[in-house]
Amino acid sequence: MNSKKEHPCQQVSISEDSYTIIEKEQLAKRTICKMIIEAPLIARKARAGQFIILRVNETGERVPMTITEKDPAKGTITIYFQVVGKTTALMRNMKVGERFKDVVGPLGQPDEIEKIGKVVMVGGGTGTAVLYHITQAYRALDNYLVGIIGARDKDLIILQKEMGALCDELIVTTDDGSSGQKGLVTEALNNYLKTSHDVRLVWAIGPLAMMKAVSAITRPFQIKTMVSLNPIMVDGTGMCGCCRVTVGGKIRFACVDGPSFNGHLVDYDELLKRKGMYLNQERESLLFSVR
Amino acid sequence: MEQKTQAEKINRQKMPEQNVSSRIRNFDEVPLGYDPQTAQREASRCIMCKNPKCVEGCPVEIDIPAFVKLIKEGKFLEAIYKIKEKNALPAVCGRVCPQEDQCEKMCLLGLKGEPVGIGNLERFAADYEYTQPLAEVKKPTSPTGHKAAVVGSGPSGLTVAADLALLGHEVTIFEALHEPGGVLIYGIPEFRLPKAIVKREIDYLKSLGVKVFNNMIIGKIFTVDELFDRGFEAVYLGVGAGLPVFMGIPGENLNGILSANEFLSRVNLMKGYEFPDTDTPVYVGNHVAVIGGGNVAMDCARTSLRLGAKRVTVLYRRSRREMPARLDEVIRAEEEGIIFHYLTNPIRYLSNEQNWVKAIECIRMELAEPDESGRRNVIPIAGSEQTIEFDTVLVAVGAGANPVLSSTTPDLKLNSRGYYIADPVTGLTSKPRVFAGGDIVTGSATVISAMGAGRRSAQAIHKMLMGIQDTPTTD
Ligand SMILES: Cc1cc2nc3c(=O)[nH]c(=O)nc-3n(C[C@H](O)[C@H](O)[C@H](O)COP(=O)(O)OP(=O)(O)OC[C@H]3O[C@@H](n4cnc5c(N)ncnc54)[C@H](O)[C@@H]3O)c2cc1C
Ligand SMILES: Cc1cc2nc3c(=O)[nH]c(=O)nc-3n(C[C@H](O)[C@H](O)[C@H](O)COP(=O)(O)OP(=O)(O)OC[C@H]3O[C@@H](n4cnc5c(N)ncnc54)[C@H](O)[C@@H]3O)c2cc1C
Ligand code: FES
Repeated sequence: MNSKKEHPCQQVSISEDSYTIIEKEQLAKRTICKMIIEAPLIARKARAGQFIILRVNETGERVPMTITEKDPAKGTITIYFQVVGKTTALMRNMKVGERFKDVVGPLGQPDEIEKIGKVVMVGGGTGTAVLYHITQAYRALDNYLVGIIGARDKDLIILQKEMGALCDELIVTTDDGSSGQKGLVTEALNNYLKTSHDVRLVWAIGPLAMMKAVSAITRPFQIKTMVSLNPIMVDGTGMCGCCRVTVGGKIRFACVDGPSFNGHLVDYDELLKRKGMYLNQERESLLFSVR
Repeated sequence: MEQKTQAEKINRQKMPEQNVSSRIRNFDEVPLGYDPQTAQREASRCIMCKNPKCVEGCPVEIDIPAFVKLIKEGKFLEAIYKIKEKNALPAVCGRVCPQEDQCEKMCLLGLKGEPVGIGNLERFAADYEYTQPLAEVKKPTSPTGHKAAVVGSGPSGLTVAADLALLGHEVTIFEALHEPGGVLIYGIPEFRLPKAIVKREIDYLKSLGVKVFNNMIIGKIFTVDELFDRGFEAVYLGVGAGLPVFMGIPGENLNGILSANEFLSRVNLMKGYEFPDTDTPVYVGNHVAVIGGGNVAMDCARTSLRLGAKRVTVLYRRSRREMPARLDEVIRAEEEGIIFHYLTNPIRYLSNEQNWVKAIECIRMELAEPDESGRRNVIPIAGSEQTIEFDTVLVAVGAGANPVLSSTTPDLKLNSRGYYIADPVTGLTSKPRVFAGGDIVTGSATVISAMGAGRRSAQAIHKMLMGIQDTPTTD
């Protein structure tokens, strides 16, 4: 009823997507990997802020990954992942032409993107990849975009060229000063907000500590701040409650109510602790993994 | 007459079980099944009532005396075909149905002694079939050319799919998870319902020509309307009650506190009990508390034990009599050493420095007089608070309606709790050509009631597709 009829050319036939890896590229000293995956049905539907859950093989864990780019015409989606544990290590070893066992999506609430004026997009580490799709959507609505992206050193910065092309201003920071400003993205943001008074919205995606810090910076300026949370997930459909986070004193399930939330309302400390819950076992998993 | 006296002499045949000390260390099935002789002996206890009450107790009206008689005569395959006329998943139902509240409750033998082991016999017949070379499967009637979509592959979706396929319709199942089966796969543990059985049932469906697409969440990848755009002429929603309920008490987000769904999914769906051979970790500490008193709570408790917990305690706010779990499962849990604290309700969780739960503050409850509905409410006894140490808490206090599909289907009417409103006979919802049944309509219920709903909807969908009169319409 309220759904628009799909245009016939968008009618991808319903068959199990092959989830074949079409392209693969190692970035940031091999700590981050970019992959283009064939998933025509998902590519057709994915909107900024949404993610997939994938499994490498029959015994694999269900791992959430943000859809960084999509190409409905080609029927592909792009993910950027950081190698942090067993599954992401296995993924890095996969070759072009190989298939994922399962990919489900698009998951999560698409972000409501509007034309509002000046928006600052803050990306830390792999968070920049998550931010990229959202930045594209704000660009499409002709907002004034200020990008602030950062990493430890210049080799770990990703998507600099792409973000540069989307943003009206781009600030790059590195902890060691090897590229752009020396320091953290949060410092760059703080300085920017002190001089520019027409910022309507801040998006911050990166490590939890960074999102927490950004939210603390923007609060006194009373600038609405959105963050994208990544608690541990299992099903991604709202069935297990593993991904629950406290936002504004209420329990929300990040997989269906998020993953984006108003950063000023998130209980970061609780989330930080919850993410450590399986740490010992994840180490064991890595230890026992083949490579 | 002679039959009758003979029947009364034989006691109900016990089904052999794995002994307690070994079963609490493995995930293999606990009851081991009847051998043919035992099954025949048990079947011979049936007094073949003229007006069999047991059939009335069966939500799908299996011709129980007929199949029991066939078993008695050694015609085991015929017995299973008789059951399958009414029940597409007998190997599942023989294991998990609450027979004590259904067919066996009505059995006349139960008045004086023990009822016929109808569930055990159903299981026997179903298992027997699998030991035989694949018999001729019932072939669908000639194709009708009509297309139906089934959303969700729990017992209710599987039943609709099988029935519609047999009637010659082209059926496609869309399942959100990476494996079909619903609660049968992600919820009920291996030691109660081996997953191989569920897989066999799915294979049977596929042999009927049913297409099963995993990893497809309706409401996300397609809306219900988009399914119609793609040529489906009817949609059945059997999406279950997949939303975990928390109690909303302080400390519930501490580490070590999981919903039953999360715990059981990690173990069953993700095979966490084989970690690290599989990649999904599942944590169980030394002292596990399970909150709740239903089947889900029993499954959590017995699973924790098998994962190595030293002490597992069920906290239930009413008394043993009110526990909704199947009595068999309660007894097995007790045999396995699960501790039960009745009339006890958690009010607050306490944590250690690492944000892990370390204890539960509980309060004693007392049963109030039964209300009009006969249900006994509980009231907390002031001043009875006590603190018990636990390092893992599994919350199994019920389930709710998952909004993922309904939130994208605005013309689907819901009740105040978010469940879909559907016609009790046909399953038709407020949205034309959309039917629903199972837990998403009734709230958490049973496998067999979900199947019964599926069966009735299949008939209604068939009539609608074929334009047979008394077609349900919403106009
Ligand atoms: C909605 C969402 C979107 C995400 N998008 C991306 C993305 O685009 N790119 C990307 O690289 N990562 C993303 N993540 C994080 C990614 O899912 C995890 O890094 C991944 O699950 C780790 O799997 P592993 O087996 O390699 O590591 P594990 O061995 O499972 O864990 C290793 C380390 O990663 C941490 N970890 C485990 N699960 C998660 C998790 N869900 N989120 C964050 N850290 C976790 C553990 O605490 C541990 O420290 C996203 C997570 C969510 C919830
Ligand atoms: C741990 C546990 C133990 C139980 N023990 C017993 C027992 O011993 N005896 C008994 O009779 N009953 C038992 N029950 C209850 C019984 O399992 C349920 O009543 C029954 O499974 C309901 O069937 P259903 O088909 O309605 O839904 P479900 O079995 O819940 O299946 C619904 C399916 O739909 C899928 N789905 C949901 N949303 C979507 C969507 N948007 N798109 C696509 N797919 C979707 C889900 O992933 C799921 O696979 C138990 C339940 C649990 C949780
Ligand atoms: S991951 Fe299970 S509810 Fe969100």
